[in-house]
Amino acid sequence: MAYTIEGSTGAWEVVVGLEVHAQVISKSKLFSGAATAFGAAPNSQVSFVDAAFPGMLPVPNREAIAQAVRTGLGLAAEINLVSRFDRKNYFYADLPQGYQISQFEHPIVGKGVVDIALADGSTKQVGITRLHLEQDAGKSLHDQHPTKSFIDLNRSGVALMEIVSEPDIRSPEEAGAYVKKLRSILRYLGTCDGNMEEGSLRADVNVSVRKAGEAYRTRCEVKNVNSVRFVMQAVEAEALRQIAVWESGGTVEQETRLFDANRGETRPMRSKEDAHDYRYFPDPDLLPVVLEQSWVDALKAALPELPDAKQARFIREYGLSPYDAAVLVAEQATAQFFEAVASGRDAKLAANWVTGDFFAALNRTGRSIENPPITAAALGRLLDLMADGTINGKIAKEVFEAMLDSGEDPAAIVDARGLRQVTDTSAIDAAVDAVLAANPEKVAEYKSGKDKLFGFFVGNVMKAMAGKGNPALVNAALKQRLG
Amino acid sequence: MSLDPATVRRIAKLARIRVDEGQVEALRADLNSILGWIEQLNEVDTDGVAPLTGGTQMALRLREDAVNDGGMAEAVLANAPDRDGDYFAVPKVVE
Repeated sequence: MAYTIEGSTGAWEVVVGLEVHAQVISKSKLFSGAATAFGAAPNSQVSFVDAAFPGMLPVPNREAIAQAVRTGLGLAAEINLVSRFDRKNYFYADLPQGYQISQFEHPIVGKGVVDIALADGSTKQVGITRLHLEQDAGKSLHDQHPTKSFIDLNRSGVALMEIVSEPDIRSPEEAGAYVKKLRSILRYLGTCDGNMEEGSLRADVNVSVRKAGEAYRTRCEVKNVNSVRFVMQAVEAEALRQIAVWESGGTVEQETRLFDANRGETRPMRSKEDAHDYRYFPDPDLLPVVLEQSWVDALKAALPELPDAKQARFIREYGLSPYDAAVLVAEQATAQFFEAVASGRDAKLAANWVTGDFFAALNRTGRSIENPPITAAALGRLLDLMADGTINGKIAKEVFEAMLDSGEDPAAIVDARGLRQVTDTSAIDAAVDAVLAANPEKVAEYKSGKDKLFGFFVGNVMKAMAGKGNPALVNAALKQRLG
Repeated sequence: MSLDPATVRRIAKLARIRVDEGQVEALRADLNSILGWIEQLNEVDTDGVAPLTGGTQMALRLREDAVNDGGMAEAVLANAPDRDGDYFAVPKVVE
């Protein structure tokens, strides 16, 4: 069922394309040897190139170029063996050169594709138009002084990848899924850390609306949206605004807008009449970037297994559902954790424990998968105790909680607390007999056909055995007695 | 090619150069003669010739990804007209 918004004149389709700016993971900047680490003292990671001192020349960072190529390969995109840097001219206080070195006509990466999965179980392909390399600007602080803005150039010149999608996205959900998937791919590739809070990944959201079957109408660009949730909200808010404009007889003007998360609406950026006259031209300080196919091939050979391939393998090798597999591969560290738990064990059970109790424990303790409250090895040993019949599934949950609290090994907890499963049939028979003897009227009801009472008997026997009875043996004993 | 006064004003604005109204006509004439001079290049037949983006046939030199610059806030800020701590200070720009 396609997503539409019902207006007073009927249903409207939403058309969205995204420009994602992803900060490249590299030690030094795109054109200088200054460091890129986040959070350093102001202007402490600035070279004369980044500050645009006269006569300073940019020298491209081989690794930044490799990262862009890896990303292109991860997006199944064309790699352009010849690309070029251009100057995009505009004036702003945090852009000391007076231009941004970017790639306009000849980007390093061409058309590619991202597959997204939607809540209804369907999948969709979102086209990538291009990916190009450019410099990030410095950072302006406007709230430190009544009449001055403060400028920190540490970010100036850090390599950015601008990843432009085709206008293939048709709903807030698809926009969110696209950003999440792209982020996941970038993190797998190790080309961008995807940290939206620190601004390493930010999205410009292009939105227009139209009636079914129409050509595209005018779009507006919502700038610098910095979370997946805000991307989804911005799509909806901007679509609603445009529908209201069209339906009141007005015309949507192409403009740049900002998303106000507090009000849940977009508003126009202060108009910069000439802002869009960027007068791109080839940067005379830089020769074209010419790549060897063999170098690109070597980068390709060294790529890690990406989320889609890993998901397919989890379904194939471990028999997981597409949904469980998708949850487990979203982060590389989670997938690694799962594989360590599942290795040599019941993979389906491992998946249930990782996505269930273990994820809940991560949330509850505020810990991350990189620093888990229970190691994969320990969780694996807990599963082993279930597999060899030492404990049952119910007791396993109790042991899991104890592992969280004490950090002790599951076998030690089972021994110390006497949680070992009772498989001694005489003890089980005794418990069954006691429960049946105590409930003669229920036994009579059961025998007269009230089958549902079987669960009542199981529950009481397990209770009598402090949860430690072997469920299969308890069931068998009850079946036998109740005939 | 001939520039009109509006284009001259626009170029000046994009370049953040203040041009008094009285200068526009003189600048227009100057720019037109410069453009006319450059337009002589149109006489050359460039059909089938790839655009040249640099004056050399050298390959682009790349740098290894190493931190070997920066760490000199004082030097970077030395020529700043205004500063506050280790920040550049500029007239307030609010978006």
